[in-house]
Amino acid sequence: MAYRVVTRTRTGSIAGVAAIVLIIVGFVLPAVAPRDMIQDLFTILTLLTLAQLWNLLAGYGGLVSVGQQAFVGIGAYAMFAGVILWGMDPVLAIPLGGLAALVLAVPTAFFAFRLQGAYFAIGTWVIAEVTRLLVAQWKALGGGTGTSLPREATSDIIGVEAIRSLFGVREAAARDILAYWLALTLAALTIAAIYWLLRNRLGLALAAVRDNTEAAKSVGVDARRIKWAVFLIAAFVTGLTGALIYVQTARISPDAAFSVTDWTAYVIFIVVIGGIGRLEGPILGVIVFYVLQSTLADYGAWYLLTLGLIAIAVMLFAPRGLWGLMSERTGLHLFPVQRRLLAIDPMSGQQPPKRGGPDDQ
Amino acid sequence: MIWVDTIVQGILLGGLYALFAAGLSLVFGIMRLVNLAHGDLIIFAAFAILLITSTFGLNPFVAALIAAPVMFVLGWALQRFVLNRVLGKDILPPLLVTFGLSVALQNGMLEAFSADSQRIPAGPLESASVDLGIVTVGWMPLLTFATAIAVIIGLNQIFYRTALGRAFRATSDDPVTASLMGIAPKGIFAIATGLAMVVVTIAALYLGMRANFDPSIGPARLIYAFEAVIIGGLGSLWGTLAGGIIIGVAQTLGAAINPEWQILAGHIAFLVVLLVRPRGLFPRAVD
Repeated sequence: MAYRVVTRTRTGSIAGVAAIVLIIVGFVLPAVAPRDMIQDLFTILTLLTLAQLWNLLAGYGGLVSVGQQAFVGIGAYAMFAGVILWGMDPVLAIPLGGLAALVLAVPTAFFAFRLQGAYFAIGTWVIAEVTRLLVAQWKALGGGTGTSLPREATSDIIGVEAIRSLFGVREAAARDILAYWLALTLAALTIAAIYWLLRNRLGLALAAVRDNTEAAKSVGVDARRIKWAVFLIAAFVTGLTGALIYVQTARISPDAAFSVTDWTAYVIFIVVIGGIGRLEGPILGVIVFYVLQSTLADYGAWYLLTLGLIAIAVMLFAPRGLWGLMSERTGLHLFPVQRRLLAIDPMSGQQPPKRGGPDDQ
Repeated sequence: MIWVDTIVQGILLGGLYALFAAGLSLVFGIMRLVNLAHGDLIIFAAFAILLITSTFGLNPFVAALIAAPVMFVLGWALQRFVLNRVLGKDILPPLLVTFGLSVALQNGMLEAFSADSQRIPAGPLESASVDLGIVTVGWMPLLTFATAIAVIIGLNQIFYRTALGRAFRATSDDPVTASLMGIAPKGIFAIATGLAMVVVTIAALYLGMRANFDPSIGPARLIYAFEAVIIGGLGSLWGTLAGGIIIGVAQTLGAAINPEWQILAGHIAFLVVLLVRPRGLFPRAVD
């Protein structure tokens, strides 16, 4: 009797098809949706991307960072530097954000990886604060008070003119549509890439390190390298997201770009409420977050107070989050990553599978 | 001479940071619990003291005496009913719960007390100073520093001279074995957090008398406190004082060079110590 390792499930395939349909719908949506809806969706999609990345770090990599705002901020500032200092197109300057975050991630990891658990969380936070304070000294980009993207730069972003004539909208609305498309692309690619990663060899190693570092090491997993890889990947994409967010905002200040509330607290709540360690969690979490935000928007501080209390309640009574509760009841997995052994009858002459096993790749 | 003055002021400022950090160090040392709401709890206690002084027209020191037992009960209940449920091998749940508590507390205080800056009135003590020959120091910083030392001596006495302290140390070393000897670790944890809240009240008293505070400044105090704990090394209260002094001196030196560099210099000092001694200067416990 031969065996093959599979992760594919029928629900997974259906969910995959549904996701592709959803993405296509998302792309044609600006043709019918009003501008404020496109802006809301932009916020949701960028938060979703940040949440998926934090989930990859904390939920899969066991790296509880409270300093991801460092990468959002440095990414945004690198984009601004590209535009203001070197006259780049804002959209083309977005990759600079990713690169800057990657460059910052190397010394950050070097410091923070010397620390364990809770020390790690505080260490990343301190590094984010240091980055914020240093960037606030960068007078060319407005110092502590910040600056805006110059009018000339925002008026001829590539693609905006084409979107304008395509949808017959004003320039500002066309800019929002462009940013929205980029956010949709980034979110879809991030989720797809993380899903691919988790089904891959690195994903298996990651889960092994998270569950038991010593045992993983004993079967030859290089725990340190895995953590570096995850941290750098998350930093790079977080930097890209930060740059994209500030292309849309077009106004930056150190306090906003390095805000621990906006880029880390919200993101952590989204992941925790939705379900940590699941790809579905942040998706559900961002929906809950958005519904809460729009219903409680008029109550100011009460909104964050509620959010904090909900996060506590979820950790106490449903540590795997809302998605965890749902999937426990129904056994539903939209993004299956679990490896299952299927027996193959040798008499039927089916070929042994080429892919799947942890040690044959 | 200006440098001597700067360094002395830095050392005295370190006393305040050590007060912020002592409660954190206590809880962290005993149950490896990182309380991300520690800074916000300090601000909460400061508001409590302010409320008592303004309502009853009491002296802030007397008000703190009233607030301390209340904070002890709050800390005890927090540990007993919330944090004990999430303590375990996985450090993520307690971290996330206290993070939620931090955000909830900040915004609850914002609703209750508004975003206005407040200060606990301390009368003539606020501006009184004493001439020590080479330098002149304020009574308030001096009193803060003396209190920090008193708190650390007091905590060490509890730790090494009492049955409760023995239970603390036993639970810190090995909760399972401790429970075989008739100690209930969860009860010990609750008392430890209550005790930490008493220290928090003392820290809040000095924070509130020395500077303006508002609901949003908790997280920054938490960072200073944590830096002091990590620099000092896990489980060493004197180390925590040393850590506080290092942060304080770095900050005043940084500020003397350029006022914008005050906070930055403190953080950089922390990172440098971390680079050289990742486990802090005087680590007592392993991990």
